[in-house]
Amino acid sequence: MSSFSVTEPSARQKYFAGTLVSLYAIITLLPLLWIIATGFKSPSDAIAYPPEVFFEPTLEGYVNLFTTQTRVTAEAAAELGEPQTWYEQIVRDNDMIIVGPSRYGERFFNSVIIGFGSTFLCIVLGTAAAYAFSRFRVPLKDDLMFFILSTRMMPPIAVAIPIFLMFRQLGLNDTHAGMILLYTAVNLSLSVWLIHGFIDEIPIEYEEAALIDGYTRFQAFYKIVLPQAATGIASTAIFCLIFAWNEYAFAVLLTSGTAQTAPPFIPTIIGVGGQDWPAVAAGATIFLVPVMVFTILLRKHLLRGITFGAVRK
Amino acid sequence: MAQIRIENVRKEFGAFTAVQSSSFTIEDGEFFMLLGPSGCGKTTTLRTMAGLELPTSGNIYIDGEEVGQKPASQRDIAFVFQMFALYPHMKVGQNIAYPLRSQGMSRVETKRKVDEVAQILGIQDILKKPVGGLSGGDRQRVALGRAIVRDPKAFFMDEPLGALDAEFREHMSEELRALHDRMGATTVYVTHDQLEAMQMGDKIVVMNHGVVEQFGVPQDIYDWPATMFCASFIGSPSMNFLTFDGMVGTGADTVTVGETQIQMPTLRDGAKGALALGVRPEHVRFDDSSGYRGEVIATEYLGTTQIVTLDSAHGMIKARIPSTDVVRVGERLGLHFDARTITIFDTERGTALRSAGNEGVLSHG
Ligand SMILES: Nc1ncnc2c1ncn2[C@@H]1O[C@H](COP(=O)(O)OP(=O)(O)O)[C@@H](O)[C@H]1O
Ligand SMILES: [Mg+2]
Repeated sequence: MSSFSVTEPSARQKYFAGTLVSLYAIITLLPLLWIIATGFKSPSDAIAYPPEVFFEPTLEGYVNLFTTQTRVTAEAAAELGEPQTWYEQIVRDNDMIIVGPSRYGERFFNSVIIGFGSTFLCIVLGTAAAYAFSRFRVPLKDDLMFFILSTRMMPPIAVAIPIFLMFRQLGLNDTHAGMILLYTAVNLSLSVWLIHGFIDEIPIEYEEAALIDGYTRFQAFYKIVLPQAATGIASTAIFCLIFAWNEYAFAVLLTSGTAQTAPPFIPTIIGVGGQDWPAVAAGATIFLVPVMVFTILLRKHLLRGITFGAVRK
Repeated sequence: MAQIRIENVRKEFGAFTAVQSSSFTIEDGEFFMLLGPSGCGKTTTLRTMAGLELPTSGNIYIDGEEVGQKPASQRDIAFVFQMFALYPHMKVGQNIAYPLRSQGMSRVETKRKVDEVAQILGIQDILKKPVGGLSGGDRQRVALGRAIVRDPKAFFMDEPLGALDAEFREHMSEELRALHDRMGATTVYVTHDQLEAMQMGDKIVVMNHGVVEQFGVPQDIYDWPATMFCASFIGSPSMNFLTFDGMVGTGADTVTVGETQIQMPTLRDGAKGALALGVRPEHVRFDDSSGYRGEVIATEYLGTTQIVTLDSAHGMIKARIPSTDVVRVGERLGLHFDARTITIFDTERGTALRSAGNEGVLSHG
């Protein structure tokens, strides 16, 4: 930061920069707002042209997302009596009845387990490996680091078939453990490299001071290095989570039931009752929330983390 | 408080030897200087003593106990790092308290100790501040606070003033020395600044290329350097060398340099070949009756004294004389060297020949 000589920008420059940033924010936020709005539209509003900006909001999409329904005749419906709840009412208006919950909840929960599970593993393993590479005399250090990086040079999907065969042999197909393992393997190189860069930046004297002050090597790592690497670890965690959370190709290929994540499930919603775009949009909106919350929680680290890495010598 | 003894300590990094068989003793309560040019192995020596590096061979004794292979945490010493190494995620007070927390000291007792140390260092009012915004001097004080709070057996400091600006160094070095005198703790202090070493140290070890060149009190090292390296590294301007080929015998008290006989302390060693006569600038006088002549080529005014540079048949000579004496560039002057202060060096080996003057100093070095 101090290595740049920066003069305070003029009011005009600030105004200009502010306008640019606002424009960019609008452009990036618009699709997001669209998706969120569509989730609250009725199916006919959702496909109206020109698109409706003002519409009567309904929770129909969300109800359709979370329930499995079946069509009934008017007589059969009449036999069932009046709907008991507001969501049954919404469904009945379309001549349908609820026969049970949908699978969205399970799939979403799978995404949470697999996404956060692999992120956690990536961070634990990545931090340990990065610390060792940064602080100890590891034989062939540079070659090993390059090897780790090289595992990421091929698009992961290029090895999909061998992985599919291996997973089948090992009984890992359509299991949580299998998906966590796979996403960890894909993200680990990124995690080791990023965290390695951050740990390298922390002067070794801090740990030595702690050693001399009577702490063990592990305590020095835990109490001195970790807090200072928190920024790097947080931003790495966000990258890992975003990848695992959004991953589609492997999820389609390797999961179908028990361990299916939300991304391959959401498109299947379309088929449930005609083209139910509001339900798809509702599924996408809920799907966005965890990553958004995670990123917002860690945002102060993220910004510093990204620039910190960028100005490394 | 402790006596520290280093015995034949050697430290290799792969094929490179950073410290070669060093031996010296630091007495209890001493302010001990490790002096030498950059890269000579001072930091390595200190880190080996602290337990941050393990010696390749040799022994380190703290209070008679061999600790060479013990981890740093078990040696009970405090280390002040060159860049201070204050924990950036902690406040000043937490930094100072940190060594106590490893001992499991109670909250109340910890606070009492931290306050006491802050009092000694005059930093009571910054205890609650983060270390980020502190000035160099305050960082230095906090680093010292973290060191003294534990009452360790000894303090190790690696160029602790190196990160401060010149004006402040002076002030801090006095503060440090005063602190040492008050607490009487054994202190090992690394510096590449010979002036700092001379001013602050009770004893000095001079190192070069990983070798201990000399070990003793500042005055002895200044007056009777054991090697040509010590002679030229210490003192500003450094000792003059008149280099010549010749022969000196045991018991001789004059040496012939060119045509001139020069008096010196009676030699205890003899030598033949390439020799050098060493004399400090303040021991050179102008004397027309002397047969040894030099031509003035420059003068440098230093307030009460001036440094006169002369060209002689055996090399450049600098003389420190009162600035009231008038000398002109181009003058040829007779030079007299104070006989009692002269050291003869064997330039092949770079070491001083023993004489009546330095034998007391060199025998225990
Ligand atoms: N960990 C290390 N690995 C390899 N060489 C080292 C290491 N530490 C120091 N050295 C080398 O040892 C020599 C002495 O270093 P050091 O003790 O730091 O010198 P000083 O403190 O006197 O400037 C230097 O040449 C340095 O490059
Ligand atoms: Mg050093």
